[in-house]
Amino acid sequence: MASLFEMFIVFIKIGVVSFGGGYSVLSLMEKETSAHSWLADGKFQELVSVAGTAPGPIATNAATLIGYEANGLSGAIAATLGIVLPSLLIIILVAAISFRLFDNKIVKSSLYGLRPVITGVIAYSAIHFGFLSHQSSLLTWQTVATLIISAGALLAVIKYKLHPIMVILASGVAGIVLF
Amino acid sequence: MVVRLGGNTMVNEKMLMLVRMFLVFLRIGPSTFGGGYAMIPVIEKEIVTKRGWLPQSEMGNLVTIAGSAPGGVGINAAAFIGYRVGGIPGAVAAVVGITMPTFIIVCVLSLFYSVFEHQVKVAAALKGIHGAVIALIILAAYRMAKTALFDWTTKAVFAAALLLLLFTSVDQIIVMLGGIGIGIVAVVAKERRGHKAKTEKSEETKDALGLSYPEYYI
Repeated sequence: MASLFEMFIVFIKIGVVSFGGGYSVLSLMEKETSAHSWLADGKFQELVSVAGTAPGPIATNAATLIGYEANGLSGAIAATLGIVLPSLLIIILVAAISFRLFDNKIVKSSLYGLRPVITGVIAYSAIHFGFLSHQSSLLTWQTVATLIISAGALLAVIKYKLHPIMVILASGVAGIVLF
Repeated sequence: MVVRLGGNTMVNEKMLMLVRMFLVFLRIGPSTFGGGYAMIPVIEKEIVTKRGWLPQSEMGNLVTIAGSAPGGVGINAAAFIGYRVGGIPGAVAAVVGITMPTFIIVCVLSLFYSVFEHQVKVAAALKGIHGAVIALIILAAYRMAKTALFDWTTKAVFAAALLLLLFTSVDQIIVMLGGIGIGIVAVVAKERRGHKAKTEKSEETKDALGLSYPEYYI
């Protein structure tokens, strides 16, 4: 059984750097999960897919799922508390010190440099989950089919304004047909 | 006697407020699928319009703070409103309220998953959903790019960060710290040369973007 406290601490660390919401920490989460061998190989991606089918931020959902897989209900609680706690503390701190903290010049210039990095991190996540995480060669049926579904999903959300939950359900059906 | 009664009433009122705070966010939690900026209009309606817990003039502040601090926009907004109304206990009540429904849903999904994960069709469906998740990540990156990349410095920082992450094993946190450093240096350098440094995309374009289509899963 993985140490609950260790899990809590790792997810606090992930929570602290989760600027730009959840997507920016997915690859970090994968790294930490395999470093602590919380999940069997290849399971992370499946869990992120499961996380996508539930309401709520995908990173928080993924944290709950990883905690549950590794340590049962207490693991789920430890991981979720860990990833949410930094947000709570930072917001309380900001609200207590000054509502105008984000008007501060140093804070503004920091965010000016940080936002493009977060954009890069999210773009990296997309590439990483799209191509790089399949160990075998780049052009497998698996990769091609995944990309076809991705392109379809993108089109459905942007052009046809379909609700993401419908897109997720449709992709699940497409998965059953294609794989 | 009277004093104690007064004290009790105050304690009860405070408890009542915390319970209300918890219940309001419990309802908001799963109502918008995904959270993120899509949650802001719902919060505005429930908190500002219906209950008057936050003046309309604070909404701008709320969106800036909730979007800039680490973590999900919905959770951050809940913490901010909870704190404004009921101090630290209020913030805790709001965050627990907004997190709990999805926590329970995810735990139930986890149970289903552990029962059905070896089913071939379930595995195939999850592979399909993986494709949709990639699409949503691309969408998130695109939306972030539209507000974050508005001059040469930010575009160069984006390219450098992406290349570092793809082709080296530099830690993500180091890259983030690097971005913060470059941001501060760039603004100072621009101001030394007498330019007015813009650190954000101008308000009008940001607002138009924020409402053009909802952002999910952030």
